[in-house]
Amino acid sequence: MPKLTIEDLKKIRESAKKKTALREGETSIKITVHMGTCGIAAGAREVMDALLEELTEADRQDIRVVTSGCMGMCSSEPNVTVQISGQDPVIYQHMDRNKMRQVFKRHVLLGEVQTDFALARMK
Amino acid sequence: MRELSLHIMDVAENGVAAGATLIDIAVAEGRKGNRLEITIKDNGRGIPAPLLEQVLNPFYTTRTTRRVGLGLSLFREASRRCEGDFHIKSREGEGTEVYASFKRDHIDLAPFGDIAGSLTSLIMGNPDVDFVYRHKVDGELFRLDTREVKQELEDVSIQHPDVIRYLADLIRESVAELQSPKVPSSSSREKEKEREE
Repeated sequence: MPKLTIEDLKKIRESAKKKTALREGETSIKITVHMGTCGIAAGAREVMDALLEELTEADRQDIRVVTSGCMGMCSSEPNVTVQISGQDPVIYQHMDRNKMRQVFKRHVLLGEVQTDFALARMK
Repeated sequence: MRELSLHIMDVAENGVAAGATLIDIAVAEGRKGNRLEITIKDNGRGIPAPLLEQVLNPFYTTRTTRRVGLGLSLFREASRRCEGDFHIKSREGEGTEVYASFKRDHIDLAPFGDIAGSLTSLIMGNPDVDFVYRHKVDGELFRLDTREVKQELEDVSIQHPDVIRYLADLIRESVAELQSPKVPSSSSREKEKEREE
């Protein structure tokens, strides 16, 4: 059975340190995946999975991913909220892997709100 | 819920919502006994005794006081369907323990599913909460403790994509190996042949 090894973690630690040393900064973007029972049953884990893949690829240290509970809009789950500092948060609805990838590439990285999937913009 | 791993994630998120700093998830499978047991313990604020009777009622919700009934009632139904037992123990200020067991080969048992995805989602979304995952199949054990991981990582965040990917691969491979049907070794197969002859 593969084992968690201290050597592996050390290697990751050293390479991660090198990367982050180049650009220290505050987190400026927060992405919330809503993970209540309703969100989980509707596929929030797959959305989170796709988001993690995109995040690895983008290699950005200023993006923070968090989970939260149900927002009360269970019928539109999975919901994802994108909050870019200085802008109104946007809630996306009925998310899946592909929509998450598109929102990440277009909205998070380029700043183009994907109105087709948006549920609301919070003021 | 399509997978037991999703139930696990859901109940663990309850613990997070209850302010837990440590969530202990234990899975025990026995091929001989034909049982699968899941225990999720948290050190959150606990459920007050009068509420404890109500949390399993699907029509009871505590939106204002955090504990919500639907997730737990679905989990209980899943175990009932598979000839299992279910209980919740909780003490205010100390934490909550949710236990569900299943008949391992029951036709209605949902697949165990992507536990690596569930655990990494939990870790990614709640970096300040620690998780212990223990998975036992017969005598073999896989164990992951995020406190140990964090200690080794020092000032690198456990949320770092490289760390999350490493943990996901580790959990996926380990649990798959635990759950894979055991192929009898060649020597024991030969012995069987001899017996047949």
